[in-house]
Amino acid sequence: MSTTLLDRYATARKALADNWANGPIWVKLPIVLALISFCFYLPYLNILPFAQIRTDLGAGGTDWSSVLFLIVIYMIAAVGLNVVIGLAGLLDLGYVGFYALGAYSVALFGSPSSPVTEAIARKFDLSEGWAVPFAACIPIAIAFALVAGVILGAPTLRLRGDYLAIVTMGFGEIIRIILRNSEFTGGPSGVIGIPKPPGPEQDGRDYFNSLDVHRWYWLALIVLILLMFAVRRLEHSRVGRSWLAIREDEDAAAIMGVPAFKFKLWAFAIGAALGAIAGLLFASKQGVVEPNGFRLNLSFLFVAMVVIGGSGNMVGVLIGAFLITYLPERFRGFEQWRPFAFGVALVAVMVLRPQGLVPNRRRAKEFEDRRHEAKEAAADV
Amino acid sequence: MSELSLEKQTNATPDDEVVLEVDQVTLKFGGVVALNGVDFHIRRGEILGLIGPNGAGKTTCFNAMTGVYAPTSGNIRFLGKQVSGRQSHQITRMGIARTFQNIRLFPEMSALENVLVGCDARHKTSVLGALFRAYRVRPKPEELPEITGTGLTRAQSRLRRATAKVFGVSRHTLEERAGRKKAMELLRFVGIADRANDLARNLPYGYQRRLEIARAMATEPQLLCLDEPAAGFNPAEKESLMALIRRIRDRGLTVLLIEHDMKLVMGVTDRIVVLEFGQKIAEGLPSEVASNPKVIAAYLGEPDDAASA
Repeated sequence: MSTTLLDRYATARKALADNWANGPIWVKLPIVLALISFCFYLPYLNILPFAQIRTDLGAGGTDWSSVLFLIVIYMIAAVGLNVVIGLAGLLDLGYVGFYALGAYSVALFGSPSSPVTEAIARKFDLSEGWAVPFAACIPIAIAFALVAGVILGAPTLRLRGDYLAIVTMGFGEIIRIILRNSEFTGGPSGVIGIPKPPGPEQDGRDYFNSLDVHRWYWLALIVLILLMFAVRRLEHSRVGRSWLAIREDEDAAAIMGVPAFKFKLWAFAIGAALGAIAGLLFASKQGVVEPNGFRLNLSFLFVAMVVIGGSGNMVGVLIGAFLITYLPERFRGFEQWRPFAFGVALVAVMVLRPQGLVPNRRRAKEFEDRRHEAKEAAADV
Repeated sequence: MSELSLEKQTNATPDDEVVLEVDQVTLKFGGVVALNGVDFHIRRGEILGLIGPNGAGKTTCFNAMTGVYAPTSGNIRFLGKQVSGRQSHQITRMGIARTFQNIRLFPEMSALENVLVGCDARHKTSVLGALFRAYRVRPKPEELPEITGTGLTRAQSRLRRATAKVFGVSRHTLEERAGRKKAMELLRFVGIADRANDLARNLPYGYQRRLEIARAMATEPQLLCLDEPAAGFNPAEKESLMALIRRIRDRGLTVLLIEHDMKLVMGVTDRIVVLEFGQKIAEGLPSEVASNPKVIAAYLGEPDDAASA
């Protein structure tokens, strides 16, 4: 029963993907625009029965816009991690390290009360309450993440497979422990007073404030769309092709003229930058960061988003991020069951659809072939 | 056909320029001496056969030439430039390409994409170039996109052509387009264009071998090293492979061929180098090598051994 349903899903999905791939631009463009507009409208969604998807209907529900914002933040991180895992084939289990780096860059440089800005202000005799403006924090965060990606990558990308996974996992933890135990990061209590993006004042409040969360969501959505566009461009160029070749057979790729190490480093750095942007937006909206918000399990969650959605496929990764963030919030009533449900869901996906819900074109084919091979082998016995 | 035989005759005395020089190369793995003072050279436009019994060091020699291993001592020079010490991808860009004895394609990429990876070795678009596509080039008339399709598709292609004329095209786009064209041409050249969009892993064995050759040729090498390209082929396939190797040479490439099949080697090569236990034991024209007692001994065993056994 479940297999027939699964097969039906598989055929329908494949038909849709093929139609989409062959469809002309004047059909695709309006659909994409309509989808994007719908995403922008989501915070206001109030028509039954569609409003059932909101998370704030029952008592004790989470603010709908906040959930949407978090979903988009995790989508940005997942798109970044997809470059590393899905395209270049490097298993990075310490992705939260870059996320934390982005969050702490804006916190340490942007907050007037952070130890770093205070030290700078003292050193250069600046006025009380001086801090780096928000706009300048963005390049700082990206630069930090790129540098951290290269510093982590340069020695470790010589490792392969499991070894790389272990080393990156260590990196994620090291970042958190440094944040927790250093004076300049504010120690275990973290940093407060993180700046928000500038904007025109509305109703006597800043444009980006903690009440009108939907504006944060819109901002994150715009950032996500821009970044997706950028990653797509890389994917459909010699860079993406080189990443795939490295994933398939690194030595053969090198002998075919692909500077493998350089492109792996780029994949790592680009993934890191996207993670940092996600962390930056998150920290800015929260206004507070503390080291415990960047535990290792967040890394695993990011990896789960990529793997469940379909490694290597941007749409799949978005769906993975959506499901993993949204479902627990929507069904808060079953909160005690959350880890259990998560475990069951993971096992179910791995057993029933190991290629992920919306797999990469090649991956889909690979798994299909393997299933046929298995069937043929079984028939031979 | 007559052209081919003529070509063969003129190549009996090829251009004297030395493309690759293997100079007293020794390669040791711990106590094992894989190559011991191997010394030979390849002239431009010739097909050199590298033969020898299993374990003689042929593939090791290839690996030393393509940067997989660095020689313990000795030099490998390509067009006068030192090869050893450079990384694989740099050596490829110098102009040496190779195929693998055990096929190593990118299995989850299509045949076309496999060849495109090879084409990329000559492309200049950087990561930032692919991201921003800001490096505009004014395309030559033949590089402009063609007007194809009907109705709206046609209008679309017209628009693309017009914008390309006015604003130029990014180097990324131009390279991508040229690469695709070149890749398709190479797939046709080796005779597998009909399966261009199939994943490499789904291609039949013979197609995979040919795809490896196309991919290596896409890097625009001057020297093409083929590592047992006919392994597992039937006589008819071997025959067409021989023809392909000659056509490759006619395109101006120099070919270094490792092969077990004596008939194929004798039929296609201009000169042969024989290795045994990491040492060169003979070198010369196919006919000379075939009658060399050392070579016969290496392949069939010493008569003394046979008598004592």
